[in-house]
Amino acid sequence: MISSRQAGGIPPSNERDDYGLGRAAFLLSRLALAARSFRQGWNIFVESRLGVISLLIIGLFALMAFSHPILMATVWDPATYDPVTGYAFDQVEQPAPPSWGHPLGTDPLGRDVLSQLLYSTRSEFVLGITAALVTVGIATVVGAVSAYFGGLLDAFFMRLADLVIALPSISLLIVLSALFNLNLFYIALIIGVLGGFGGTAIILKSQALTVKVKPFIEAARVAGGGHFHIIFAHIVPHLLPLSLLYMMFTVTNAIFAEAVLSFLGLLDLRMSWGIMIHTANTGGYLLGGTKYWWLVLPAGASITLLCSAFYLAGRALDEVVNPRLRRRSD
Amino acid sequence: MTGYLLRRAGQMALTLFLIITLTFFLVEAQPGDYASFYVLDPDLPPDVKDKIRAAFGLDKPLWQQYLIHLKNTFTGNFGVSFGHFPRPVLDVLGERLPRTLMLFLTSATISFYVGFFLGKAIAWRRGGLFEYAATISGATLFTAFTPAFALMMIWVFAFKLGWFPVGKFLDPLVWRGAEVSANYVFGNMLLSAAAFFAFAFIVILVMKKLGRRIPLVYAIPALLAGILVIVFAWAFSGIGNLALDIIKHMVLPVATLTLISFAGTMLLTRNSMLETIREDYVMAARAKGLPEKQVRDHHAARNALLPVVTSLVYSLVFAIDGSVIIEGIFSWPGTGLTLLQAVRSEDLPLVMGSMLFIGLLSLLAHAIVDVLYVLLDPRIRYQ
Repeated sequence: MISSRQAGGIPPSNERDDYGLGRAAFLLSRLALAARSFRQGWNIFVESRLGVISLLIIGLFALMAFSHPILMATVWDPATYDPVTGYAFDQVEQPAPPSWGHPLGTDPLGRDVLSQLLYSTRSEFVLGITAALVTVGIATVVGAVSAYFGGLLDAFFMRLADLVIALPSISLLIVLSALFNLNLFYIALIIGVLGGFGGTAIILKSQALTVKVKPFIEAARVAGGGHFHIIFAHIVPHLLPLSLLYMMFTVTNAIFAEAVLSFLGLLDLRMSWGIMIHTANTGGYLLGGTKYWWLVLPAGASITLLCSAFYLAGRALDEVVNPRLRRRSD
Repeated sequence: MTGYLLRRAGQMALTLFLIITLTFFLVEAQPGDYASFYVLDPDLPPDVKDKIRAAFGLDKPLWQQYLIHLKNTFTGNFGVSFGHFPRPVLDVLGERLPRTLMLFLTSATISFYVGFFLGKAIAWRRGGLFEYAATISGATLFTAFTPAFALMMIWVFAFKLGWFPVGKFLDPLVWRGAEVSANYVFGNMLLSAAAFFAFAFIVILVMKKLGRRIPLVYAIPALLAGILVIVFAWAFSGIGNLALDIIKHMVLPVATLTLISFAGTMLLTRNSMLETIREDYVMAARAKGLPEKQVRDHHAARNALLPVVTSLVYSLVFAIDGSVIIEGIFSWPGTGLTLLQAVRSEDLPLVMGSMLFIGLLSLLAHAIVDVLYVLLDPRIRYQ
C-alpha cells in the first residue's frame, strides 16, 4: 500500500525512458518494484498480531457501513427502521429489549438501535478519512516547504505548530460549537487543520530534512528542476509513508472528538454513536446500569473499538515505516 | 538560563496575545454578536435594540472594538456574565479556577508518577503476565471513550457500591448552617497541601545533603508526622467535616482522570526504557557490579525520562481536555464545567473568559515542561 503510493506520487510524464524500453515495459517494472516493496512491508506488518487484528476490525466496520443502505433498500422498512425518524410500532414499550425484529433493541424514542449503529458507522468513516486527508495534505506541504526553504518560513510554521500543540482542541471545538452551527464536514475540517498545522507538521518536517540532503535532490537541482518540481516530485513522495501513518492517528482523534462533542449534545448531526449515548444519558437510562445495556454498550464499544483499531494499526504501521523501531524488535 | 526564561516569557505573552486576537475575531465571524443575547427578543422596539448595541460598543468600527477588547482583557475586565448576572466573568472564573487546578494538578502528578513507575517496571521485566496485562489494560484505558468510562466509574463506585457521592462539589446537607464559604475551606485545603509538599521537599533535600548512603526510606516517619500534624490541625479547626466532604467528592473525578491519562506515560516510558536498556552505559553500570535497582533507576530510567518529559506537553493538553469532559460528567464546578454551561446557555463573555483561562493553563503547563526539560538534561543549555 505504502510503496505503490510512493511510486504513484511521481508523475510518469516527468520520467524519461532511459533504459531503451517501451513506456509500458517501464511502467510494468515500476509496478513490479512497488509490489515487491509492498510485500516486504506487508510481511513486517503481519508480524505484529495486534496490527492484523485491528485491520480486521476496521474491515468489519467498513462492512457495517456498507450494509446499512443495502439493508434499508431490501429488508428494512423505512417507516420502522429509519435511524432518525423511524418508530418501532411492533413494540409495546420503548426502549424495547433485543428481539428478532430488532437485534439490538430500540432506543427511548422507539428507533432501532442496530440501524442507528450501522448508519453512524458510515459517517464516522467519512469524518475520519476527511480529517485525515486534510491533516496529511496540510502537514505534508507545510513540512516539505519549511524543510526545503528553511529560514523565516520555517520559523513561522514551527512557532505556529508550537501554538497549535498547546491549544486544547476539544475545548476549542466546544467554544466553536457555541459560535457556529458545526456539522460533520466542519468538524472534520477543523480537526484536520488543527492536526495539519500542529504536531504532524513538525514530524513530517524532520523527515523532510533528512530527504532534503540526499544526493538525488542535488541532482534534480543541477538538472534544472524548479523549487515547485523538487518539492512535489522529489520530497513529498518520500514523506508519503510517514503521512499514511499519521493519517491513522488523525482518524482516531477525529472520531474521539466527534463522539465527545455529540455526547455533550453540541453538534448538528443526524445520528452518530455519540448522539446515541447522549440520547440514553439525557433520558436517565445510564444509571439503570446493565438493565438497559443495549442503549450504551453497542455505541460505546464501537467508539472504543474503532478508535483503538486505527491507533493500533498505526502502531503496527510504525514498525514498517520506522526502521529504527524495526531493528529493535528483532 | 535567565535569558532563556525571559525569552520564553516573551513567547508566551505573544501566544496569549494571538489567542485573544483569535477569540475576538471568532466572535466577529460568527452570525450575531454579544448583543444578540438581548436583541433577539421580538418585544423590543428598534431604538431600544440600537441602544443595547451601543451599550456593548458594537456601533463603533471594528478596529476600535478590537483595541477596546485588548485593553479590557489586559486590565482584567472580561465583562459581565449573562448567565450569572450581575457577577463579572473574572469573579465567576476566580471562584472556579482553584477547583480545576486541584483536579488537574493532582491527577497529572499522580498519573505521571504511576505511569513512569509502571513503565519502568514492565520494561525491566520484559515478557511475562505482568507486562502483558499492564500493556493491554493501559492501551484500553488510553483509547477508552472518556465519557462512557467516567459514567461506568460513577455507576460502579457511586451507584452500585455507594462508596462515593455521584457528583458535584459538596453535599448541601453537610454544609447547612456552615459559617464559612466552600471556597474558604477549599483554599485552606490547597494551602495545607502546598505546605505539606514544601515540607516533604525540604525533608528529602536535607536527607540527600546529609549523606548519600542514607536510604530515603528513613524520610517516611518525618513525612508521616507531617501528615499527622495537618490532619490534627484540620480535626480541631471545626471545619474538618466540611473538608472531608470535599475530599469525598474529589476522589472519583481525580481517580478517573488519573486512570485515563497514566497509560500514555506508561507506554511511552516502556518504549523509551527499551531503548536505553541496550545502551553501553547500562552494561558498564552492570559490569562494575552496581545493584540492579541502582542500574534501573539511576542509569536506564534517568535517561529514559527525557523523551517522556518531551511528550508531557501532549499528555498535559490531553489531561486539560480530559478534565473538561470529566468536570462535565461529574458536575465538578470548575473552569471546564463553566465552559460547558456557558456554551449551552450562549453566555458569550463567560465562554470567551473560560477559553482564555483554559488556554492560559495549557500555555503555563507547556512553559513549565520546557523549563523542566532544561533542568533534567544537562546536555541542553539554552542561551
